[in-house]
Amino acid sequence: MAGEFGKPEVIQEEVDILLIGGGMACCGAAYEIMRWADAAKKEMGIDLKIKLVDKAAMDRSGAVAQGLSAINTYIGEQDPADYARMVSNDLMGITRDDLAYDLGRHVDESVHLFEEWGLPIWKTDENGERHDGSKGLPALKDGGKPVRSGKWQIMINGESYKWIVAEAAKKALGMDRIQERIFIVKLVNDKNDPNRVAGAVGFSTRDHSVHVYKFKACLLAAGGCVNLFRPRSVGEGQGRAWYPVWNAGSTYAMAAEAGAELTMMENRFVPARFKDGYGPVGAWFLLFKAKAVNALGEVYMDRNKEMLNDYPPYGLAAVPASCLRNHLMLKEMKEGRGPIYMDTVSALAKLRETLSPREVKHLEAEAWEDFLDMCIGQCGIWVGENIEPEKKNSELMPTEPYLLGSHSGCCGIWVSGPEDLGAPKAEEHAEASKVPGHLPSGWNWGYRSMTTVKGLFTAGDGVGASGHKFSSGSHAEGRICAKSMVKFCIDNKDWKPELDTDVNTLVDQIYQPVRTYLEHKDYTTAIDINPHYITPKMLQYRLQKIMDEYVAGVATYYTTNAFMLKVAEEKLEMLKEDAMKMRAKDLHELLRAWENYHRIITAEAHMKHIQFREESRYPGFYYRMDKNFVDEENWKCFVNSVYNKDSKQWTVFKRKHVDLVDKSKLFKAAAH
Amino acid sequence: MPTFVRTDKCDGCKGQDKTACMYICPHDLMMLDKDGSATGHAMKAYNQEPEQCWECYSCVKICPQQAIEVRHYADIVPLGGSVQPLRGSDSIMWTIKFRNGTLKRFKFPIRTTPEGSINPFGGKPEAKMENITKSGFFNQENGYRAGNPAELIRK
Repeated sequence: MAGEFGKPEVIQEEVDILLIGGGMACCGAAYEIMRWADAAKKEMGIDLKIKLVDKAAMDRSGAVAQGLSAINTYIGEQDPADYARMVSNDLMGITRDDLAYDLGRHVDESVHLFEEWGLPIWKTDENGERHDGSKGLPALKDGGKPVRSGKWQIMINGESYKWIVAEAAKKALGMDRIQERIFIVKLVNDKNDPNRVAGAVGFSTRDHSVHVYKFKACLLAAGGCVNLFRPRSVGEGQGRAWYPVWNAGSTYAMAAEAGAELTMMENRFVPARFKDGYGPVGAWFLLFKAKAVNALGEVYMDRNKEMLNDYPPYGLAAVPASCLRNHLMLKEMKEGRGPIYMDTVSALAKLRETLSPREVKHLEAEAWEDFLDMCIGQCGIWVGENIEPEKKNSELMPTEPYLLGSHSGCCGIWVSGPEDLGAPKAEEHAEASKVPGHLPSGWNWGYRSMTTVKGLFTAGDGVGASGHKFSSGSHAEGRICAKSMVKFCIDNKDWKPELDTDVNTLVDQIYQPVRTYLEHKDYTTAIDINPHYITPKMLQYRLQKIMDEYVAGVATYYTTNAFMLKVAEEKLEMLKEDAMKMRAKDLHELLRAWENYHRIITAEAHMKHIQFREESRYPGFYYRMDKNFVDEENWKCFVNSVYNKDSKQWTVFKRKHVDLVDKSKLFKAAAH
Repeated sequence: MPTFVRTDKCDGCKGQDKTACMYICPHDLMMLDKDGSATGHAMKAYNQEPEQCWECYSCVKICPQQAIEVRHYADIVPLGGSVQPLRGSDSIMWTIKFRNGTLKRFKFPIRTTPEGSINPFGGKPEAKMENITKSGFFNQENGYRAGNPAELIRK
């Protein structure tokens, strides 16, 4: 029987493994998992039931939906240890070397598959000339030479990147194991073990149905968090976020409510990008060798280079940490030497000096393709403002903050790492007793990429304290999860999941915004203004205002202090209470309601972690003006937390950081 | 509006239950106005929440009638430009018109294999349960980087 608005049909299903999300991580898991499931069946007679649910359509879901112009993680001839060093330094020293190293040794496998499946990867020929990926030059796996736009990045013709990766995932899994347009809202713990996950519940955005899944294991990989801060554009342009606007913090919020330990939620990413369109700068800096300059044409990275000495050793690497590059840019803006520009004119003029007319034409196409493959909105700005990059420079601007774990950020969930890299097995530091007793010690506890909640795995933006995985690394990380989830299910083959909450209660909770609307809608004449409910849109505006004004958004040039955080804490608590009065006038608004609830929980974690960490670890991303220094002695540690969904309170604590690879190789002597 | 649907071109995907743009939009923005009650144009699609549009062009590229275009964010961008793709099976053509009338065209490859041709496990080995807790995937495509063991300082 089909449901109706307010009275949804309830569909219950039991599987062994549920994949939540359809982005790069879950596509990787979908591909890898079927081979291991087949092996489990063939060798052990265990028939695993697997399902993937995506709130969108896999062909264009996740952060790669629009396409990409580069794959940012391809190791090639380099050592995984070099990669782990780079990740660590860019994130100011506090990352898990075990996770980065493990990703580094696996990631190229996925890139080679992408090329086999049909992704065009640019190549350099024997004369050093570069060609697009359709020219039939040898594949990477056969020794073909990629076009390196940076030490780790390779250029692609990536308009259909996600389409291609999704095709492989869909075929591997089979469409009967995939359901699109299902938005999972919450995980459900096990009735007999509160530290175990047993199910998930969500709803269809296409028909009136609630879906309740029971499982042994799930991969929660639903992206990072966008639009928790007030964006710089607040009209139509608020959709033009740098990271995809549909990343609503669902990964962090659902994991936190299930009891998973989060890590480094104080970390954020504030990309310096082409202003308003948020077009990528990587190719301009790395491939076209352009410089960022202040309004007077001065290269601020040179002008302000002494500022890097304030942050040893992270400022002294050949490539200073991303946040410090922002730090030097912000000085120019605050002291009145803005706007900041990407000097595209000089860069292209210099390149043209040595190029033939044919090569110049190719160069122009490359510059446009960089945007057209992944950020068409930036082209919209260029055409609207008559900007041709060889004739007119474009403004750069640091954006509103984003929370993510796969790009140049490292917030996320604390996961079990590989066991063969020398990672700590115990918790040995002065504040070890403050780590809640039910949580594991050390960096691995049996199943790779499992969170501290039994049966709950994550990948991509979900995995904290790592970062710089990007598209390829997220795919590889999903594949790593697939293996360990199959192992987990084999080891727990006789275990039956039991939900700690009855199904009717779960349905009531999920459909509460609809019922609130139906109950109260006729109380007033204006549908959006009603004392009994709040629209998801206003809930989001309120969140964004709090975060922007008190938690170091653009309004305060990314500054905050303990007093402002205290105000934010109170306001967020009231906002969280009011979220129980969200309304949904249709299924689309029900989607927005729960997305914004996830944003609120994620934002609260961010605020609590910044409050706990009494230093400014990421100058250029945020400043605690009352603790405006990097304190290596007391704070070169992970800040982790757990959330109690019943008391709605956070417990925040330290975990020790150790290096598994030698970081001193990165640094040069201080500049004078 | 960021994306907009042209009334003269949209055919509501010929009365099917869902349109191509509804199918593809990653942010659940595109709607089919079946009875015209939302837009005054029955059986045509529209963007129900334009301020949430990422301008990812997924709907523009998939529309079988080329009925969807983009009027870039009005709170940011001066009027008059347009960026319009025509996505084929192996390449995409872009027509780029500036506010001042300058016109540019580009064509880029998008994939090197026919759409729908991927054979995910063709020619690949089976997985072996004995390897399930070891590092590495079920298949090796010359991409596993074992690393120099001397780099691991705590091992």
